[in-house]
Amino acid sequence: MLTALTAFAITSAARLITGARALWLGCTPQPVQRLYFANHSSHGDFVLLWASLPGPLRQRTRPVAGADYWAKPGLRNFVIRKVFNGVLIDRQRSEVQANPLQPVLDALSGGDSLIFFPEGTRNLGDEPLLPFKSGLFHLAAANPDMEVVPVWIANLNRVMPKGRALPLPLLCTLSFGEPLQVQAAEDKHAFLERARQALLNLAPKEV
Amino acid sequence: MDHNTVLLFAGIGALLLLASVIGRLLKWRAGGGPHAVIDNLNARINAWWVMVLVIGIAFLFGKYGVIVLFYCVSFYALREFMTLTPTRRSDYPALVAAFYVALPLQYLLIAMDWYGLFSIFIPVYLFLLLPILASFGGDTTRFLERASKVQWGLMIAVYCVSAVPALMTLDIPGFEGRNLLLIAWLILVVQISDVLQYVCGKLFGKRKVAPNLSPSKTIEGLLGGVALATLIGASLCWITPFSFWQAALMALTVNAMGFFGGLVMSAIKRDRGVKDWGHMIEGHGGMLDRIDSVCFAAPVFFHFVRYWWA
Repeated sequence: MLTALTAFAITSAARLITGARALWLGCTPQPVQRLYFANHSSHGDFVLLWASLPGPLRQRTRPVAGADYWAKPGLRNFVIRKVFNGVLIDRQRSEVQANPLQPVLDALSGGDSLIFFPEGTRNLGDEPLLPFKSGLFHLAAANPDMEVVPVWIANLNRVMPKGRALPLPLLCTLSFGEPLQVQAAEDKHAFLERARQALLNLAPKEV
Repeated sequence: MDHNTVLLFAGIGALLLLASVIGRLLKWRAGGGPHAVIDNLNARINAWWVMVLVIGIAFLFGKYGVIVLFYCVSFYALREFMTLTPTRRSDYPALVAAFYVALPLQYLLIAMDWYGLFSIFIPVYLFLLLPILASFGGDTTRFLERASKVQWGLMIAVYCVSAVPALMTLDIPGFEGRNLLLIAWLILVVQISDVLQYVCGKLFGKRKVAPNLSPSKTIEGLLGGVALATLIGASLCWITPFSFWQAALMALTVNAMGFFGGLVMSAIKRDRGVKDWGHMIEGHGGMLDRIDSVCFAAPVFFHFVRYWWA
C-alpha cells in the first residue's frame, strides 16, 4: 500500500514537472521482454522512463541501478528496492570472483524487462553520450530473444542539473527506437557501436 | 457577470455550435474516413469549446480569476519557450529566477494594481538581474545568446501575456466595473482574426505572404481575415469604451500586431526545426501556438487604452 502510493506520487510528480511525452517511434508498448537502454544524465532518468511506460508494462519493468549510490540505508534503499523493484549491481566489484551482472541476468531469466544505462554512470559533460560499457553486449548476447530498445531521454539534464535540488519545469520527451538484436557474426565492439549510434539517432538535432 | 458578458458568451457559444455542425457535415460529406484537414479542423473546434469554457469559468471569478488564468497561460508558454531554446548548466539560476520569482511576482504586482512596478519589473530589473545570475556560473560560451534567450522568453511569455489581465487595473471614466469586457473584446478580436485568416486562407488562399517564415499564411487569408475581424471588432464597440470607428482602428491595430506576432514566433520555430511549440492543445499545437498573436497585440492594446482612455 505504502509502496504503491509512493510509486504513484513519484510518477505523478515526474509527469507533472516534465510533461513526460513518450514517442514510440520504432516499436509499440507491448508486454514482451525488453531491455530499454537510455542515455543517463540525471538520477531522475529511470523514474521518467518507468513513468512513461503503460501501467501493465511498468509492473514487469525493473531499473538497473548502482548499489554504491542506491543501497545506502534509508529512503533511497526503500525507493529503489520496494517502490521500483530495482536490480542493484556492484559497480565497484567488491567481490573479485563474482560477476557483477549476475543479478541482472537472474532478473532476465525470471522474465522481467529492464531499464539499463549502458554508459555506466551519469554523463555530466557536453558530449551527448559517453562510451558504452560492455554490459549491454553481454546481456543482449545471453538473451537473444529479448528486444533491446534504445530510448533517448531529452531535456531531463536541464530539468535537474547535477547538484541542484529544485527541478525546472521544462518539458521532456522520451523517444523509443527500433529494437536491436546481436547479429550472428557481430562482435562486442561492433554491437556496442551500433547500439550507441541507434541511441544517438533518436536525439533531437542541435541547430 | 453582467448582461453584456452573458450575451457575448451566448454569441460565442452559438458561433461554436455553428462551427461544430459545419465540421461534422464536412466530415460526413468526406465519407467519414480519415482526412487530415477536416480532422484537424474538428480537433481545433473541440479545443475551442474547452478554451471558451475555461475562460468563462475564469470570468466568473472576476479579476482574480483572470489573473490566475493568465498566470497559468504564462507558465505553460514560458515552459514551451524555454524547452525549445537550449541553455547551459550555468543558466540554471537565471531559469529558476524566471520560473519561480519573475512569473509569480509579475502577476502579484498586477493583482496589487502596482502599475509603476509591473510595467518595468521584467524589462528593467530582470533584464539586469538575469545576466548577473548567469555570470555566476563562470561559463562564457555563447553568453550573450543565452542571456537573450531567457530574457526574450520572459518578455514574450510573461510580460506580454500579463498585459491582458493588466487591463483590469485601468480606471476608464464611464466604464467602471466593466474591464472584463475589454479583455473579452481583445481576446475575441485577436483570436477570431486568427481563425478567419485560417478559414479565408483555406478557402481562397493562393499567394504565400511569407513562404520562408510561415508556409501556411497567404495574402488572401491575411486580407480576408483581418478585414472581417476588424469589422467584428468594430461592431462589438457596444461592449467597449470605444466609438465604432475607434473600435475599428483598435481592432485593425491588434490584428496587425497579432499577424506579425505569428510571423515572428513562426521564424523562431522554424529556426529551431519544429512545426509547433508544444502539444497541449489538440489540433492547435502548444500554448504559444495559440497565443502568439495575443502576445504581440496585448501590450500595445493595453498602452493605447491607458494613454487615450484611462
